[in-house]
Amino acid sequence: MANCNGRWAARRRSEAQDELGADSMVVLQVVVGGLLLGAIYALFSSGLTLIWGMMNFINFAHGEFVMLGMYVALLVVVWLGGGPAVFGLAAAVALFALGVAVYLSLIRHVIQAPMLAQILSTFGLALLLRYTAFWIFSANFVSLPQTSLGGTLNLGGIFLPVAQLVAGAVAIALTLALHLLLTRTRVGSMLLAVAEDRTAAMLMGIRPDRMQALAWGLSAGAAGIAGALMATAYPWSPSVGETFGLIAFVVVALGGFGSVLGSLYAGLIIGLIQAVSAFWLGAIYKDIVVYGLFVALLWLRPQGLMGKA
Amino acid sequence: MLWQVRGRAGLGLFAAALLLYPIIFSGPFYRDIGVTFLLAAISASAWNIVGGYAGQVSVGHSMFFGLGAYAPLMVYTWWGWPPMAGIPAGILLSVGLAVAIGVPTLRLTGHYFSMATIAVAELIRISVGTWALVGAAIGLQGPATARGWWDLTFRSELPYYYIFLAVLAVLLSVTAAFERRRFGFYLRAIKASERAARSLGVPVRETKLKALVLSAAFTAVAGSLYVLKTGFIDPDSGFGIIISVQMVIVAALGGAGTLFGPVVGALILIPLQTATNTWFGGGGSGLTYILYGGIIVVIARFEPGGLFEMWRRVGPRLRNRFHAA
Repeated sequence: MANCNGRWAARRRSEAQDELGADSMVVLQVVVGGLLLGAIYALFSSGLTLIWGMMNFINFAHGEFVMLGMYVALLVVVWLGGGPAVFGLAAAVALFALGVAVYLSLIRHVIQAPMLAQILSTFGLALLLRYTAFWIFSANFVSLPQTSLGGTLNLGGIFLPVAQLVAGAVAIALTLALHLLLTRTRVGSMLLAVAEDRTAAMLMGIRPDRMQALAWGLSAGAAGIAGALMATAYPWSPSVGETFGLIAFVVVALGGFGSVLGSLYAGLIIGLIQAVSAFWLGAIYKDIVVYGLFVALLWLRPQGLMGKA
Repeated sequence: MLWQVRGRAGLGLFAAALLLYPIIFSGPFYRDIGVTFLLAAISASAWNIVGGYAGQVSVGHSMFFGLGAYAPLMVYTWWGWPPMAGIPAGILLSVGLAVAIGVPTLRLTGHYFSMATIAVAELIRISVGTWALVGAAIGLQGPATARGWWDLTFRSELPYYYIFLAVLAVLLSVTAAFERRRFGFYLRAIKASERAARSLGVPVRETKLKALVLSAAFTAVAGSLYVLKTGFIDPDSGFGIIISVQMVIVAALGGAGTLFGPVVGALILIPLQTATNTWFGGGGSGLTYILYGGIIVVIARFEPGGLFEMWRRVGPRLRNRFHAA
């Protein structure tokens, strides 16, 4: 990811210099590009924060779920063809199923176990998924073949690939949808009831196990569809899982552990900070800045900048 | 009584086997496995102090290992000092970092600590990779040939083997010593239930921080030993996530929070790793990590106590069956 963003920044810069008032245009372009990427960060991070809010559990394999979503999109496009709606849905469904399977076969059994087992379970899963992906797909960067979202849009001097625009917009819409699902629907209330008090929820006729399986499905599904959206606009390799996992930690730490709306704001902010630091400091420094911010947050406000204690 | 005598005899036998191993198996291949085994056992035993005994699962211990590994070659590259002179610096840096991470995160639940460790390790890895003074992405090189014995640059593996063995013995003695003292009981109480421990007057945060500092210091020593032997370090071999993974898996496989668990884990994993690397050639390392991931998941799901715990449960049953037959 590091190199490609730099390359884009360079390309954007050279394209925009032909325009009048080039400098402010370039900055605007960097800002919009960062926000669009940040929207995707928000979507997959909302999955991580959902699990944290439901069961005080950190999924170390969440970034790998995003990475798998990207490869599902690639395989669907190559084998079956079809547009973004098809492979986006395929990635969501595949990862939803994986999330439920991971919960039922692994997480359910370690949730009452000592801390060591809880952390090792998803940490080991992350390694398993990451290196299996390396083994199957090799370490090379790949990208989706040109989809129907090809082309660039000229918005009054800002040049944006259509794919990035669509991916960003859909990501924001889906994150909001997840927030509404949790706060405005019956299923959402049932999920929150289980998060609040498992036993009390059970007495109300809710099956906690089913709800938690659903939460894992939604969480992984969000990661999967975020991966598919990202695949339309950015190249990737199996190693992106590690980066996205860490970015999700940063977003959740900033937005507050357990808050979907918080991770929407925080995702946009992190995307913006990354784009701006890559532009001014150079592409290598964008991760240093973001991880540094994470460490600073854990020092100053461990409950999250916008979260409650 | 009988068990104690048998245990002590077994320990003596094991120590004798470790002392004699490189003399009996004198080929460079076997000696190399021996040295790798000892290094893995040292690193994992160091991780075990905070990850096993205190139950605070660090997944970024490579930061201490890397600092310990970089310090000797930094003093050598900058000032031409013998690499050995950098070991105290590596320990001091690691202890400072341990305090900086421990103070804010150890007052929260264990998940925060784990997230912080992995993020800090990654932050340091990337930063070191951009910092020219420490060799950036290329890394640092030690003395090619020894200028004197004090460079600790030997052709043979034998001196390294015995130095490593001595360090392992010291580390295990320290661990055994605190296991039976107040500090050890505090740690076990915290691991079992932090809230209960606090209500009984255990100074929870101090104790956890002490465990982290002790663990960081020994992990730094492990990094220094590694670099003294290889004479080369770069960001990935010092701070890479795989370094942390290896410590976690070696300790957890044998038994996290037990004195000899990490040694047993290393005894099983290092030959296994050598075998997969030999059988599958260059592509084997990827397969090794798939295997690591699988083993970690299986341990977490079925036997979080590791092989030691399993033996404690299954062993008596097997023995009974044996006696009945």
